[in-house]
Amino acid sequence: MKVGVVIFPGSNCDADCLYVLKDVLGQDAVSLWHQDTALRGCDAIVLPGGFSYGDYLRTGAVARLSPIMGAVRRFASGGGLVLGICNGFQILLESGLLPGAILRNTGLRFICRFVTLRVERTDTPFTNRFKPGQVIRMPIAHNEGRYTAEAKTIRQIQPQVAFRYCGPDGQVGDAFNPNGSVEAIAGLTNAAGNVLGLMPHPERSSEAALGSEDGRLIFESMIESLAHA
Amino acid sequence: MKAKVFITLKPGLLDAQGKTIKGALDALGFRGVRDVRIGKYIEIDLTGGRASRQAVERMCRKLLANPVIEQYRIELVRS
Repeated sequence: MKVGVVIFPGSNCDADCLYVLKDVLGQDAVSLWHQDTALRGCDAIVLPGGFSYGDYLRTGAVARLSPIMGAVRRFASGGGLVLGICNGFQILLESGLLPGAILRNTGLRFICRFVTLRVERTDTPFTNRFKPGQVIRMPIAHNEGRYTAEAKTIRQIQPQVAFRYCGPDGQVGDAFNPNGSVEAIAGLTNAAGNVLGLMPHPERSSEAALGSEDGRLIFESMIESLAHA
Repeated sequence: MKAKVFITLKPGLLDAQGKTIKGALDALGFRGVRDVRIGKYIEIDLTGGRASRQAVERMCRKLLANPVIEQYRIELVRS
């Protein structure tokens, strides 16, 4: 699998993504610059975390206008795998590649800690290595992570929810919702299933030394799905 | 011509900042504050005169406001 990791001005998780893909998983991975207009033959694209364009106006609002995003949009509409992590998720929302929007955390704090998540879908190219309902651990690190959408949209996207914030036994409730996301949504795909956005950081939970290896299964799922494509 | 654009969260969405500021005003002893909503104020200096409102409307829809979560109000003033 050849993966392109897009670097926007202010991205800061790009090197971690490249490290996991290349050094941990032995994949071919290249960095793509926001000014690029081609994806250089990549089989999958990662929009990494960070603070693209200083989070000016709204998180992801300016990055989605970058030249590379035209190519990413075309790639996604052709069924290409696009993974947006944290700020990358916010960019996908602003681009309209995923439905909904992100607001500031209800507690107004930047939250940087591990959370537990329940895997809601195991039939997507990003989650096929998980077990249904599996409870996993990944870290979050964000100030704007409160997912929201219009009521009608929320009803429509139920089958697209890939991860929900949960308690240690998989229970969903306010006590386990770190940022006030509607219905505890931590990550979701588009209707076709080839675009995933999530607030937690799989690239920071891909090695035992970092406290969790659960995030690696997202990248391994992508590899698995492309191997059979 | 100058455009003043006021962007606020849609009614019904929890405005965590506004709620916190309301709490702070309460703590300072200000009475009669029912609610506080926080937004953005954007001032745009325009070169043209006529049809500016339409242009600013388009700016709001395409970039300045996110229609999923925000509403906007435009005021045009002679500069």
